[in-house]
Amino acid sequence: MSRPRRAEAFGWLLAVVLAWLVVYPIFLVLVESVRGPSGWTLEHVSRFLERGNTWEALWGSLWISLVSVVLAGTLGVPLAFLFSWVDFPGRRVLSGLVALPAVLPPLVGVIAFMFLYGESGFVAHLVRAVFRLDRAPWRLEGAGAILLVHGYSMYVYFYLFIRAALARLDSSMLEAAASLGAGRTRTLFRVVLPMVRPALTGAALLTFMTSLASFSAPYIFGGGFRVMTTQIVTTRLNGDNGLAMVQTVSLALVALVALWSFRGNVGGTSYTAQAKGVAPKPRPIRGRRARVAMATAAWAAAIVLLLPHATVILVSLVPFGTWTTEAIPPAYTVQNYVALVTEPERLRPLVNSVTMAAMATALAVGLSVLAGVLAVRRKVRLGPAIEALLSLPWAVPGTVFAIALATAFSISSPATGRFLLVGTLWILPLAYLVRNLPITGRAILAGFRQLDPALEDAAATLGAGRWRTLRRVTLPLLRPALAAGATLAFVTALGDFVTSIILYTYDTRPISMEILASLRDSDVGVAAAYGVFLMVLSAGVFVIGSESGTKGVGA
Amino acid sequence: MTDFLILDRLTKRFDGFAAVDDLSLGLAQGEIMALLGPSGSGKTTTLRLLAGFEWADDGRVVVDGQDVTRVAPVDRRFGMVFQHYALFPHLDVGANVAFGLETGRLDRGERTRRVAEALTMVDLAGYQRRSVSELSGGQQQRVALARALAPEPRILLLDEPLSNLDPSLRERTRSELRDLIHRVGITTVLVTHEQEEAFDLGDRIALLRDGRLQQVGSPDELYQAPVNPFVAGFVGRASDLRGEVTAEDPSVLVVDGVRWPLPEGSRGFTGPAVMMVRPEGVRLVDTSRGVTDATVGARRFLGATALFTVETDNGTVLEVTTDPHAVRTGDRVGLALTGIGLHLFPTASA
Repeated sequence: MSRPRRAEAFGWLLAVVLAWLVVYPIFLVLVESVRGPSGWTLEHVSRFLERGNTWEALWGSLWISLVSVVLAGTLGVPLAFLFSWVDFPGRRVLSGLVALPAVLPPLVGVIAFMFLYGESGFVAHLVRAVFRLDRAPWRLEGAGAILLVHGYSMYVYFYLFIRAALARLDSSMLEAAASLGAGRTRTLFRVVLPMVRPALTGAALLTFMTSLASFSAPYIFGGGFRVMTTQIVTTRLNGDNGLAMVQTVSLALVALVALWSFRGNVGGTSYTAQAKGVAPKPRPIRGRRARVAMATAAWAAAIVLLLPHATVILVSLVPFGTWTTEAIPPAYTVQNYVALVTEPERLRPLVNSVTMAAMATALAVGLSVLAGVLAVRRKVRLGPAIEALLSLPWAVPGTVFAIALATAFSISSPATGRFLLVGTLWILPLAYLVRNLPITGRAILAGFRQLDPALEDAAATLGAGRWRTLRRVTLPLLRPALAAGATLAFVTALGDFVTSIILYTYDTRPISMEILASLRDSDVGVAAAYGVFLMVLSAGVFVIGSESGTKGVGA
Repeated sequence: MTDFLILDRLTKRFDGFAAVDDLSLGLAQGEIMALLGPSGSGKTTTLRLLAGFEWADDGRVVVDGQDVTRVAPVDRRFGMVFQHYALFPHLDVGANVAFGLETGRLDRGERTRRVAEALTMVDLAGYQRRSVSELSGGQQQRVALARALAPEPRILLLDEPLSNLDPSLRERTRSELRDLIHRVGITTVLVTHEQEEAFDLGDRIALLRDGRLQQVGSPDELYQAPVNPFVAGFVGRASDLRGEVTAEDPSVLVVDGVRWPLPEGSRGFTGPAVMMVRPEGVRLVDTSRGVTDATVGARRFLGATALFTVETDNGTVLEVTTDPHAVRTGDRVGLALTGIGLHLFPTASA
């Protein structure tokens, strides 16, 4: 039978390509970490073990990540319950605003915090003015600063996950608990929390992995505080490549162990309600005073959450060199935005980022669709392997991948599958592609799973060949999944900082590197204008994503 | 053979397990064949083999003299109505029906005409611009039928065509469907697990079990002349009496000491046997006037008659149809056989 055999052959081909992109570079890092100029050696490993600061960095990464989970959960979970179960004036608008930290690309968020809560930021100015102080009473530096940024940007995971889980909760389940004599507390602990536990662990895992891979906040605010991602870059800059390899391996190991232990905890405890029920309606608050207090508190919280966005926008209007010691910038202009598009040197990073992100996204979508056809529809033997390869980059911090790609593609050796790409136009799109694979893969494979295979069978009985079926039936029906995967991947690549900082060249410099350069030149207005550009694009993507999600066609 | 559609010794194995096992069937042009059987009997696999979604490990499918066993679904020109219709949700009704007409040969005007024609045929004239999600279940089913028939396929395949409809709608749709297929005159294979549906729609019925063909024939043949206990039990209701025909008296089946007289024409062998007894095969008589005495159990009211469960004193349970008010639960009665609706089969061992 030729048809299944051809699909199997394509399955092998795709698996090999993905393994080459995703596994091979990391394997090479592993090899490099135990190899010196004169052959195999454990020298780098022993240096890793001896050095205090390496352990310090690894420990720093670990505890920062754990505390970030606790912090984000403490903020996000109560907010999710509040917005799902309690009705108060402005609930609908606010419930959307509360998710807004998600539209701040990591580097932009960090910069916003710098302008807002830094020693010479708005809040510090305000505090100094109120208490008549010479200097700000704090420094936005070290672990505390990193945790502040993490808590702010990652509580959204808990908030969104738990809200989604609560929306799936069947109100008859709560009624059943009540009819069996369970009070509110007992219902919460015995019914609701077990039902949302998968969402809780999912959010915790996502937060942990994101914190572990976090680079922007430690890079900008870390000061003397070490975490592994920044330590790797420092080691590499110092020219100690061997040690950088061992550190990279150690970070990858921590990530994989964390993923594995989380999975072990989640394993087999996903509950879904038997019948499709209606989620409980939010209850209005009774007393008028309580309602006003609730609304005020919620609006205040929303303002705090939106301050970073407002800050970036405000700073983006500051003309070069006009804002020095004033609490509020004295002059405003749109010149920074004009500069972005009129000055070739400023336009270049925009064009670079957009082009490279588009290339990476298109390829990631193409590979994911191919994976969907082969793994979900044709069920080729290597299907599970293909899916695992697609999702692997999610588990590996961006720094690790950047180092791995820099290692794998720094020499030309076509026989061993290595090409000289570092320093060329191709290395960043390739890096973005690898980082995009889990995003597009997850969305598109899920889309394929929701597609009724009978639709494609029906097209075949009506005389449509494989291409016509793909073009006329499969792809149009996958559109929501394609849109969601592609836009999210595009925005992630567009704002990428962590891989870019390791792999960029001057000619291919992306937006994030230009933001950094502008800050270094004290050109805060332009830096912020780039940030606004990224922020607006991200927000647009969220709008598109949620719309195509609701417009999804039911088969 | 002049059969239009021939299934010739079809076999399909999944992981060594034969889902369809050496199945042979022939359909005359315009005939409707119902594939009937319990779930897991291989009827859906047979339909998928016919459509070309699965390829047979052995055997052939021949249409109009052409061997299509290794022909892809795209090139088979078989129309199919899927269990859940598989209407394309992103296309409107007209585009759904036109989908199979887009292969090139037809110009736009002809295509539009054929779409309108197909929709008129299923009583949905003017529905072209409707979204398929606004249609009722019955209308969706008709659109699926129009879509399958529009390209004028050689064979029509129906997968549980009525299972997605409300019971009240099912009976009406069934007769409409039968009339339509007969009017079009297309050779049709349909899959169902409901006997009533198979009887009503099929000119002939092929009864499958564990991938093997048990019997093929008209509804009457299957009911009145089942070839084995499975057919007798699956088609219509039947209770089974398991016992032995002894050499001393080959005119009775001995079940736990009770001697049940055998129907005319089924005598002539001895050994372990099972007699399938239809509810009309048992008559209630006064106690000690029948073959054995029994106690009346549950009653199921059917209107003109009622179905009673009776249990003999040594534990044999039978079903009996009779006048709804003839007896009551708990009554003591005698049981006699009427001589009709009795089917005797030898069994391999007791």
